[in-house]
Amino acid sequence: MFKLWATIVKDIRVLKRDRVGLAMMFGMPVLLVLIVTSIQNNTFQLINKTKIPILICNRDTGKISAEFIQAVDKTDMFKLELVSKDQGEKQITDRMRNKDMLLSLIIAADFSAKIDTNAVRVTGKALTAFGLEGDTLGPKTGNEGLVTLYYQPILQESIRQTIQGALYGALQLVASKQVLRKLYFSINEKPLSTKLENELLDNNMTIKDIPVSLDKSMKRPNASQHNVPAWTIFAMFFVVISLGGSIVREKLSGSFIRLKTLPTNYFISLLSKQLTYLLVTMLQAALIFAIGVWVFPSIGLPPLNLPADMLGLVFVTLICGWCAVSYAICIGVFARTQEQANGFGAVSIVILAAIGGLMVPSFAMPDTFRTAMKFSPLHWCLEAYYGLFLDGGKMKDVLVNVIPLFAITLFLQGLTFLGLKTKKLI
Amino acid sequence: MDPLAVNIQHLSFGYPDQPSPFFADFNLEIAKGERFGLFGPNGSGKTTLINLMTGLLSFKDGSIKLLENEIKKHDRSINKFFGVIPQDLSFYQELSPKENLEFFGAWSGMQKQQIKTRSTELFEILGLADVRNKTVQKLSGGMKRRVNLAIAVMHDPEILFLDEPTVGVDVQTRLAIIDYLKELNKKGTTLIYTSHQLSEAEALCSKIALIDEGKIIAHDDLEVLLVEHGQDGLEGLFMNLTGKNEGGNNV
Repeated sequence: MFKLWATIVKDIRVLKRDRVGLAMMFGMPVLLVLIVTSIQNNTFQLINKTKIPILICNRDTGKISAEFIQAVDKTDMFKLELVSKDQGEKQITDRMRNKDMLLSLIIAADFSAKIDTNAVRVTGKALTAFGLEGDTLGPKTGNEGLVTLYYQPILQESIRQTIQGALYGALQLVASKQVLRKLYFSINEKPLSTKLENELLDNNMTIKDIPVSLDKSMKRPNASQHNVPAWTIFAMFFVVISLGGSIVREKLSGSFIRLKTLPTNYFISLLSKQLTYLLVTMLQAALIFAIGVWVFPSIGLPPLNLPADMLGLVFVTLICGWCAVSYAICIGVFARTQEQANGFGAVSIVILAAIGGLMVPSFAMPDTFRTAMKFSPLHWCLEAYYGLFLDGGKMKDVLVNVIPLFAITLFLQGLTFLGLKTKKLI
Repeated sequence: MDPLAVNIQHLSFGYPDQPSPFFADFNLEIAKGERFGLFGPNGSGKTTLINLMTGLLSFKDGSIKLLENEIKKHDRSINKFFGVIPQDLSFYQELSPKENLEFFGAWSGMQKQQIKTRSTELFEILGLADVRNKTVQKLSGGMKRRVNLAIAVMHDPEILFLDEPTVGVDVQTRLAIIDYLKELNKKGTTLIYTSHQLSEAEALCSKIALIDEGKIIAHDDLEVLLVEHGQDGLEGLFMNLTGKNEGGNNV
């Protein structure tokens, strides 16, 4: 036992003096979690909280285009800036190129006329279908180019789709309003009153969205709940740079020859490294979670809500840490040079993180990758953490993810043992 | 009769990439308490032989006994009988001499109090007391060699293998190391030494073996061999017997 203790003390001393390794293990993940959460939170805010500035050039003089602008404003997504109808496309796009504006909307000169013509046609068709006498069906007007949206290419596809959806909704509303008015007039031969129009169209329908969680809480997951667990796992597995490198360094240095000539099995050294670095992974998790809970709110990020089952959190963190350490030791035992350990270790972690769903959500992956992700230990770590952080689950709920993780860890330990035997290190 | 420190019988060993064995039916006996020198030109097999005796290389045929313990039959427990000073510096450069001795002492099977007492003693004897808490990286080459020696003798081994223990050090440090090794030998430690520093070898060794291409070509007391071959120094004897200089080139 004293040998093991002395080895742990030695490993901690060596680690304490490895400033680059410490920066990689603690500084880098803290920075990553701060940056990624801020970016994702800002994207969320951009769509949901902040109003996106939009330049509107209304070349139409009719009433319907004014109603359309009003409908766009009512979406609460945009901060409108109206410009003179005389402004050319070049002037507008130039402003956008100067990064003045993310979006511009040009309403065509015949917007109201086309919407109206279309409403007359649809009304006639409807009355005929109802068995009533309708006006003669006019020719179908092309609705293309009623509005033109210019956007900055830097806008992400998902944000652009959301914006288009909102604008399309506003367009549909004014078109439907016009059809309703025409229909009412054709039947009653008097205009539709504003009061009735509002009653018919503004029915205040809403979608109630409820996160399906195991603890039945209605808490909405935020960017912190998604990012903190994911980047904590990434940080834990990144110990491969320090630990894998340290094993190779020890193997290649003179100290290893000395170790082999002493009456102690090298297995003690590996056991010590497992315990030391398991402590490191626990400290990493504690640090990143603490930042999520206490630092995030002070810098305007949503706070991290820790799971109710703290024992479950410690248990999952221990298993994730053990798996990360086992992976690093395995790399260290098989690598012949420090460059091999660092290069392969870092790249493999990025790949395992990508296929494990840390970078792209697993549901968005093609089928092939969804099969491959089952072999990534990072995937099982993430699922277990999400079970606690997002689903409000308890330890028993995440066992289904912990068991495969445990199996992968045992496999890595077995592979390491085989490597040590083959290389005559134990 | 005292047991032999090292008893090698019918040893056969070859590297996987070599067609014929490097050592074939090799025999060597080293008595307890001797200051034994192992010499030969480059590539003659000195380091290979030390690696076989210390278990760094494994062999199938023949036997090597250290203090009557067959090394093939024992696990690492036999390693407590000997200490090794490899040619390369063999410790953690990022730790201090004190921290290195604490760790290697524990791995040698010593207890905490023993480590403390022995470390203090060795720091005084080897002139490391003032630098005991400095990171080894920051020490001079000579100081590093002393740390290398201190770790090897930490657990007071009965046999000490020395492979070029003074390479790259100044005269003062070399003399200090040689004096200390002689002191150890007086207390009963068997020294098995190899070096290219023939003058140093003459000062230290009482008995020598010259090996070339995996075979012993001379094995006796140094003085007897010098008289027998009409030489006044190890260098002349070496060239007389091998026909080669230390670099392994024919003379």
